[in-house]
Amino acid sequence: MKCSYFLDRRPPLGGAVNFAPCPRPESRESSCGLELRPTARSAAQVWLSLVVGLIMLPAMFGVSLGITETYMKVLIKTLKWATFRIQKGRRERETLKPSPSNGIIQRDDGSMEKEIGELRRSRPKRPDGGDFTLSDVFYFSRKGLESIVEDEVTQRFSSEELVSWNLLTRTNNNFHYVSLRLTVLWGLGVVIRYCILAPLRITLAAIGISWLVIGTTVVGLLPSSRVKNWLSELVHLMCYRICARGLSATVHYHNKQNRPRKGGICVANHTSPIDVVILANDGCYAMVGQVHGGLMGVIQRSMVKSCPHIWFERSEMKDRHLVTQRLRDHVNDKTKLPILIFPEGTCINNTSVMMFKKGSFEIGGTIYPVAIKYDPQFGDAFWNSAKYNMVSYLLRMMTSWAIVCNVWYLPAMTQMEGEDAVQFANRVKSAIARQGGLVDLSWDGGLKRDKVKNTFKELEQKKYSSMVVGDDSSD
Amino acid sequence: PLWCDKVLLRASRRVEIAYFSHSQITRLYSRFHSLDKGENGALSREDFQRIPELAINPLGDRIINAFFPEGEDQVNFRGFMRTLAHFRPVEDNEKSKGHDASEPLNSRNNKLLFAFRLYDLDRDDKISRDELLQVLRMMVGVNISDEQLGSIADRTIQEADTNGDMSISFSEFIKVLEKVDVEQKMSIRFLH
Repeated sequence: MKCSYFLDRRPPLGGAVNFAPCPRPESRESSCGLELRPTARSAAQVWLSLVVGLIMLPAMFGVSLGITETYMKVLIKTLKWATFRIQKGRRERETLKPSPSNGIIQRDDGSMEKEIGELRRSRPKRPDGGDFTLSDVFYFSRKGLESIVEDEVTQRFSSEELVSWNLLTRTNNNFHYVSLRLTVLWGLGVVIRYCILAPLRITLAAIGISWLVIGTTVVGLLPSSRVKNWLSELVHLMCYRICARGLSATVHYHNKQNRPRKGGICVANHTSPIDVVILANDGCYAMVGQVHGGLMGVIQRSMVKSCPHIWFERSEMKDRHLVTQRLRDHVNDKTKLPILIFPEGTCINNTSVMMFKKGSFEIGGTIYPVAIKYDPQFGDAFWNSAKYNMVSYLLRMMTSWAIVCNVWYLPAMTQMEGEDAVQFANRVKSAIARQGGLVDLSWDGGLKRDKVKNTFKELEQKKYSSMVVGDDSSD
Repeated sequence: PLWCDKVLLRASRRVEIAYFSHSQITRLYSRFHSLDKGENGALSREDFQRIPELAINPLGDRIINAFFPEGEDQVNFRGFMRTLAHFRPVEDNEKSKGHDASEPLNSRNNKLLFAFRLYDLDRDDKISRDELLQVLRMMVGVNISDEQLGSIADRTIQEADTNGDMSISFSEFIKVLEKVDVEQKMSIRFLH
């Protein structure tokens, strides 16, 4: 609309600035700096063709030109040098070399029985084994103070602390000024990341998403057939590859023979929305999620045209039977792609695996566990949804050095005889934690937002009560 | 903000700093800051209750209370460190000589005082039968009957009470627990 306005008005200064469809003859440029415009336009063309030719096309076909590898090599060397300089600087200031352990205090995980038993050591044992002493309270107070200084749960909802600084401002918590050279390197890093890498990545991401929407809509127009499925998989793969390049993601896949198959359920630990891009780079999955509005909604609607994904309305999510039934129907149809589910239900900071919700394990299909571990040295992938919204999170991703991660496909698991859904979920969780080198926690990821249930406190009280009354309980 | 407070701390010569090394103070300040969701430089009771392991501790509320001076709702970093200082291990070189006129915060007596105050709900320097019952009820929940709990309380007071006032004073408390290894059990060791 604006373009035609300018066309009618025939502005004096050589034409509308932003509208390519309104051509203006070069001769009408005045001499007030507007001769930059043709250079700007050709620069943009060169830029775009470079991006397309060198990054997008190879990415689409799964071919690598070695640019990313070279970049990573240079980056690793630089970070190693930076680490060395920081350690040297630290040694000069302090006599003690700080250990790289991330724990603050020494915690001995003795059980309640053992600890309180030791406290009562000086008293004679009563016949029924139960007792109360004024010193029992020492156990609870020490446990309480320990948890105030350092607890297993709240630390999982914020980014992991780095052992050594990786030249990003955002991770600079406890690191002090060391040397001029390091600061210069950091400044150079800022320029490279914000002025060169970020625009490149944003362009790629934009291309990737638009191609996804367009491609899946086009494929959706075809009638159902094997060709359609094959094309749909191709389109999905290509788009996710472009998006992965848009994050400079370097992923190492291990044990590809265990890759999830059709009619199965793929479960993985959850760190960020990028997990989807990482996994979908190497295989096609049916996504499960809530229906969103806006851009996400557009993407969701077009994706479901080309192959069946499972999107739930907000109201449907409350009805667990409905959810389970829909997932079960999908899984029982062996021609459909494996479902991708994150049973933790929320993003955790990739140092641990928290409780797996049993819903996914009640469906009854074969479970294909996948462990994802990011290398925090190159970029922190954790999405702290309390601190950042999706857009600022993605921008932070695109201004990190790179996203480096390892993906392990674990052998398929099925529910064993006599094992209920909760035990099965815990078994899968332990396998994933073991493979990824993560801490296996039974705490619920929902504690990020909610209070802990009273039942856990009641359990502790019950345990203590049995120590007070002894073995023969009269009540 | 984070950096301002650290400068202030370093400049001041508050006694709490004698209990923690520079790197320990930094770690504790990070922790304080991460618990302080309101970002106002002080912790409220809700900030403590957000820690799941503390919320399921039967004496969680009493422990949280220990951080807050009489009638206050906010604890700043200095107060936070002061309470934590009670749990510093008693090193051999600190045991015999006193740094100044008053006893160090992490002495055996002060550790026992911390525990005594967990029982002494109304801060009148005496543990009455009623207070003991209330704390016992917190620790055992619904699993023990009132009568049984009452007899446990009576027995405990009988064992400790030496002056016959049916309540436990601090000196009686110390006497009962003289054989317990308080230094070990009420200490938290830092890794570095």
